[in-house]
Amino acid sequence: MGMTMTQKILASHAGLDSVRAGQLIQAKLDLVLGNDITTPVAINEFEAAGFGTVFDKSRITLVMDHFTPNKDIKAATQCKQCRTFAKRFDIDHFYDTGAVGIEHALLPEQGLVAPGEAVIGADSHTCTYGALGAFSTGVGSTDMGAAMAAGETWFKVPSAIRVHLTGKLRPYVSGKDVILTLIGMIGVDGARYQSLEFTGPGVAELSIYDRLTICNMAIEAGAKNGIFPVDDITRAYVEGRVDRPWTAFEADADAEYERTVEIDLSQVDCTVAWPHLPENAHSAREGADIAIDQIVIGSCTNGQLPDMAAAAEILKGRHLADGVRGIVIPATQDVYRQCMHLGYTDIFLDAGCIVSTPTCGPCLGGHMGCMAAGERCVSTTNRNFVGRMGHVESEVYLASPAVAAASGVAGHICHPEEVMSK
Amino acid sequence: MNAHGTVLKYGDHVDTDVIIPARYLASQNHQELASHCMEDIDKTFVTRVKPGDIMVAGVNFGCGSSREHAPIAIKASGISCVIAANFARIFYRNAINIGLAILECPAASAGIREGDQVSVDFDTGVITDETTGQTYQAEPFPPFIKDMIAKGGLMNALKAKEAAK
Repeated sequence: MGMTMTQKILASHAGLDSVRAGQLIQAKLDLVLGNDITTPVAINEFEAAGFGTVFDKSRITLVMDHFTPNKDIKAATQCKQCRTFAKRFDIDHFYDTGAVGIEHALLPEQGLVAPGEAVIGADSHTCTYGALGAFSTGVGSTDMGAAMAAGETWFKVPSAIRVHLTGKLRPYVSGKDVILTLIGMIGVDGARYQSLEFTGPGVAELSIYDRLTICNMAIEAGAKNGIFPVDDITRAYVEGRVDRPWTAFEADADAEYERTVEIDLSQVDCTVAWPHLPENAHSAREGADIAIDQIVIGSCTNGQLPDMAAAAEILKGRHLADGVRGIVIPATQDVYRQCMHLGYTDIFLDAGCIVSTPTCGPCLGGHMGCMAAGERCVSTTNRNFVGRMGHVESEVYLASPAVAAASGVAGHICHPEEVMSK
Repeated sequence: MNAHGTVLKYGDHVDTDVIIPARYLASQNHQELASHCMEDIDKTFVTRVKPGDIMVAGVNFGCGSSREHAPIAIKASGISCVIAANFARIFYRNAINIGLAILECPAASAGIREGDQVSVDFDTGVITDETTGQTYQAEPFPPFIKDMIAKGGLMNALKAKEAAK
């Protein structure tokens, strides 16, 4: 019986010739990640256990992105704890305010993840790096603390769902619409404990940024990881970023999948997930009666330069509707700088938006855009749970940057065509 | 090891944002986290919960964020055991790692009602609803996880392994 791409990466990191679904393995890790919310708890565990060394200071990455720039004294205290730990162990990749970007945009950009690597992060959206052909998954703080000491962790080898992609995306349709469509098809627990393995001729039609967005939200279908094959698009992205040798793994021709889901990309339309679950997928065209108070464009899901470009295309020469607040958050310092150089920042400001330095902020109701009771936001983030962006009676509608920007201009949820045709 | 208590029952897809909202994640204090446990779906939870009580829920319990603060908040609130039809995978790992007892049992999840008196035998996985007299058999842990729990959780298991080197 052949192995899936995920299974092959896990077997290689466990030092085994082969693994099968359900097998418990001990796997070596190429990178261990934490942020300013999860790392303090991991440090407490690490220190309580009495560990005196980390497994490899070049393979631990600490990213102060959630409640930063420090939103209050408690947040500042948590970052200080992480900073002290990073200094004590001379951690190579410690990203503080001034260098920080949103972790899952930052790590690929900085070349910290390569195809074929195995990564865990104390953040559920660590599954993003499957876009590069890596195995990556989210864990909790105790797992992170143990992995910082040991450089390895245990996994149950996942079975897989094959997502077979054909066709080509239509204008204004992006990776976000593909993943919201998929979650709408299989549900928020449709891939629980499983891998989502993307295959088919449609893969070549998706940019690396579409793939990053798709894998980012694999967790919203309950998946352990999402993963794309390594192709020329992957190689072009990784080249110049990753300077160490890496391996492109391929699924065996006879790999076993629990089922196959077919998606024709040409049939995917701009999609919005209504509150309060990411599986509540609707066409953006159904939103005419849903008036909104806020748009958020950013996050680990959609804070990359092409996301900013998509929003700028819609907002150029247009203004947010009366009463709509626009919050744009480039995900990294580099994206932030390029937004200035390419004129996007002016477009956003002219449209009536604010442009923030990189932070997870509003996505999880932390800061920089929390909502009051009864308010609605169209957001390019990844979760629309009860209370996610503030008051329990506020509502989050998940969408792409193009849909969020268009909805901001229209004052209600809408398809970008509605705004662009005017 | 056993648990015995009154049931507090919830539905499907109870996510970590409602178990402990992100606005409280600037704290690592277990009691402070417990004081806000479940507040975005059940403001009465913190006033009703008594030490030893048992939480019963539907499918995909603990979906969403990887925040370990979620099982910590539940455990520190006094809940002795969470029974669900099934768990989201990161929550499952986290609960085991911090020593919060969890059991997967779709039949118990469906049959047990709010307010029932329930006892759990962790060795056998037998769940007894003393109010209705119904018994249920939970899925046993794999031996690997049983061994980790017996050693006192992930960190202690890792220390034992390091010491043996």
